[in-house]
Amino acid sequence: MESDGASITVCPQGPLLVRGDFSLTDGTGAEIDNDRGTVALCRCGRSAIKPFCDGTHKLIGFDRPKK
Amino acid sequence: MSDQTGTMVHDATGVDPLPDASRRGSRQMPLPQQRGPVSALLCGLLAGTDPEASRQRLVEAASLAAAQTPDVLFDEDLQLALFVCYELHYRGFDGVDDTWEWDPELLRARAELERVFEDRLRTAIDPVDETATTAQEVSDALFALAEGGDGPSVADFVLRHATTDQVREVMAHKSVYQLKEADPHTWAIPRLEGRAKSALVEIQMDEYGNGRPGRMHSELFARTMAGLGLDHRFGAHIEHVPAISLASVNLMSLFGLHRRLRGAVLGHLAIYEMTSSLPSSQYSRGLRRLGFGDDVAGYFDEHVEADAVHEQIAGRDMAGGLIEADPATRGQVFFGAAAVCLVDGLLGAWQLGAWEQGRSSLRMPLEAEGTDHGV
Ligand code: FES
Ligand SMILES: [Fe+2]
Ligand SMILES: [Fe+2]
Repeated sequence: MESDGASITVCPQGPLLVRGDFSLTDGTGAEIDNDRGTVALCRCGRSAIKPFCDGTHKLIGFDRPKK
Repeated sequence: MSDQTGTMVHDATGVDPLPDASRRGSRQMPLPQQRGPVSALLCGLLAGTDPEASRQRLVEAASLAAAQTPDVLFDEDLQLALFVCYELHYRGFDGVDDTWEWDPELLRARAELERVFEDRLRTAIDPVDETATTAQEVSDALFALAEGGDGPSVADFVLRHATTDQVREVMAHKSVYQLKEADPHTWAIPRLEGRAKSALVEIQMDEYGNGRPGRMHSELFARTMAGLGLDHRFGAHIEHVPAISLASVNLMSLFGLHRRLRGAVLGHLAIYEMTSSLPSSQYSRGLRRLGFGDDVAGYFDEHVEADAVHEQIAGRDMAGGLIEADPATRGQVFFGAAAVCLVDGLLGAWQLGAWEQGRSSLRMPLEAEGTDHGV
């Protein structure tokens, strides 16, 4: 099967939703434990389980950087 | 973890199997005890033990009770009867012939109960003058609805105040759905196409553990129950669970089993996903406050992370995808979403109200089961 690569959805007021063929590594190149195919990466900076989103963006009224 | 013979048991993923995993597959729940005339006739008919119970009498009793109930959401007899009718489509009951699932007279009785149930919801819920058109607008509107219910929350109570006994009650209420988590929404898959279908399957893959044995959310929940010393076999606490708790599960089956309500079941799932991450974190921290560890809190930790993903997929791709493809489903999606807010709001108020008055939120308190529950 041909890979379509990865796609990233920038969720307004929320995380980056990453789907498809990707690998998630930390600064040393070590793989970050991830059990699911699609992940939500925290964009607001306030998640307690970074790099993943835990919904905290909803509590802090996070909004996309305005132009 | 060791089984009865002392052998170490591990599956290839390294996930500890449930204490009685080997016995779970074959066991079906027994028929529950009746709670009034309709459930008495229904259970008597299914068990074949009541010579007085006939199909015709069941339909008549259901029709009469449906017309007379003061409030079907709190009607023990009718919600139990509805639960029994629906359960025939899932795992069935020990000793009950599977052919009852499609018995025309039983379906007729079920339809009487469904009619009063759905009417009750539609009366309480204003027709939505929702104009959301694009998938993103649908997602935004559903998130707003999910945030709307700012009454006292059971998860917040568990975080701060609940005793271990109250937490065990919460899990008994939850168990009627969580031990078959995801199943009611799965009925919708063959009724969808395109983006909405892909999104629902994407969520359900995760709910069912992405193919890894022992990682289905229903199995994670069973582990939570086991760690709390609760019987985690499906249906084990049915006698304890009140009507409003059954109504919360019957709602999903009503939506899931009717093609005409496929929009409602997606609206329902979207709200479930959107009201899970933050409360799951509260449950997890509440369990740790009470001294429980990963084995008990693991189910909730998984939901903090999983549902932060699912809520994004559910709002935009699943519910939004359906409405973009078929705008006529908009009203159903928002009806389903409003219905779950209503019913689960009543369930939460029921639980918190009981504890405030110093009594059990169940029909009778849970007996101390200890940890030796794997019978
Ligand atoms: S983006 Fe969701 S918690 Fe930061
Ligand atoms: Fe789940
Ligand atoms: Fe989920």
